[in-house]
Amino acid sequence: MYTWIWRILPGGLPGKLVGSVLLIAAVSVLLLFVVFPWVEPMLPFNDITVE
Amino acid sequence: MRTDGPQDAGRGWDDVQPIQGRPRVPSLFEPPNRTGAYESQTYESQSYEPQSYEPQSYEPDSNQMDPDGAPAGDGDADRDWVGDAIPSRPGGRHGAHDRKAPRGRAGKPGRAPQGRAASSGQRGDRDLVRTGIRGLGQTLITFGLIVLLFVVYELFVTDLITNERQEELTEELLQNWEDDPTLGPDLPGGGLSTVPLGDGFARIRIPAFGGDYVKVVVEGTDPDELLQGPGHYVDSAMPGELGNFALAGHRVGKGSPFLDLDRLMPGNAIVIETAETWFTYRVMGDPASGDFGADPSGIPGQQIVSPEDVQVVFPIPGADNADVDPTAAYLTLTTCHPKFSAAQRLIVHAVLDGPGLPRAEYPNGPPALTEN
Repeated sequence: MYTWIWRILPGGLPGKLVGSVLLIAAVSVLLLFVVFPWVEPMLPFNDITVE
Repeated sequence: MRTDGPQDAGRGWDDVQPIQGRPRVPSLFEPPNRTGAYESQTYESQSYEPQSYEPQSYEPDSNQMDPDGAPAGDGDADRDWVGDAIPSRPGGRHGAHDRKAPRGRAGKPGRAPQGRAASSGQRGDRDLVRTGIRGLGQTLITFGLIVLLFVVYELFVTDLITNERQEELTEELLQNWEDDPTLGPDLPGGGLSTVPLGDGFARIRIPAFGGDYVKVVVEGTDPDELLQGPGHYVDSAMPGELGNFALAGHRVGKGSPFLDLDRLMPGNAIVIETAETWFTYRVMGDPASGDFGADPSGIPGQQIVSPEDVQVVFPIPGADNADVDPTAAYLTLTTCHPKFSAAQRLIVHAVLDGPGLPRAEYPNGPPALTEN
């Protein structure tokens, strides 16, 4: 998968590096601000109340 | 890949060595022999042939060409084209590292088709295994990175979110108090709070945690509320009321409001600021000896309980039921325990120390704020 991504990234080595960084950043932002907040309430280790 | 270490060269050489005890290929320079050797193998030579995924389709070319030591011109062109990944030594395996490889195929239409077929089939078998393992490895590594990122999220990103929200809440709260000083909990004896869920209605200060420790307390203890700051158990008393003003807060992450709750000692002040009044609670127990269990009421200043022990937020903490009329104003803080876990709950009980002090008379807070 990573090989494939690396191959289709355009722009030679610099372009590929920039593209990789952008992709990693995009995925990280998506995870941090969309996926994790969504998935977090379903995980058990945030229970701090007595109920 | 060209610069791979000796072990890679060894692996590459392996490709032209007798494999798994089969007779050695008589001559590297005779493709038909190689072909024969491969064909004699028990691999299901043809079964993977139809697959067109990239590495295997290239490799026979690479392999056949390289032992000759006479790579064709078009082969060189291909290598240049695909960059660094194709080795020029007998090392067809390395072709598997490089999915660009199939481009080489079109450039070598004249290669012995049979040899390609058989060799490719055997290659395909191994490639399939290799691809599977590589896919598994990549998946696991990816999963590990995501989990690591999640830890980063829990420990740092949630802090950012919560701190930002706390600033907004502080602004709103101070604005509300300024607009209408009578806003806030009905005192005393109101029982159920009328504050909308998620709204800030008080501020908590704990001098033992430092002079800058101040958090807006929001109404409610659902995850959405607790993300914003310490949350008030909706059916518990309000600040200063008889009964139990109970708060939940995160231990680690989301601003970590109650991270150091275990460091609170008997007698430590917990100051609650409402629209008009300062309330000073003190952790129960004997300040001199540090004994949490010294209070005559029997209520400990600190305890660790299981998550089901709701008695800790009863009007009289630890009472048999919630219907006993309280005779004192308690404050209870709950958080998870141990850190990073939700197995237990760390509970701190405090009791109101003296009457509430009007904010109008004490604009800078009660004496307890500066006693440390």
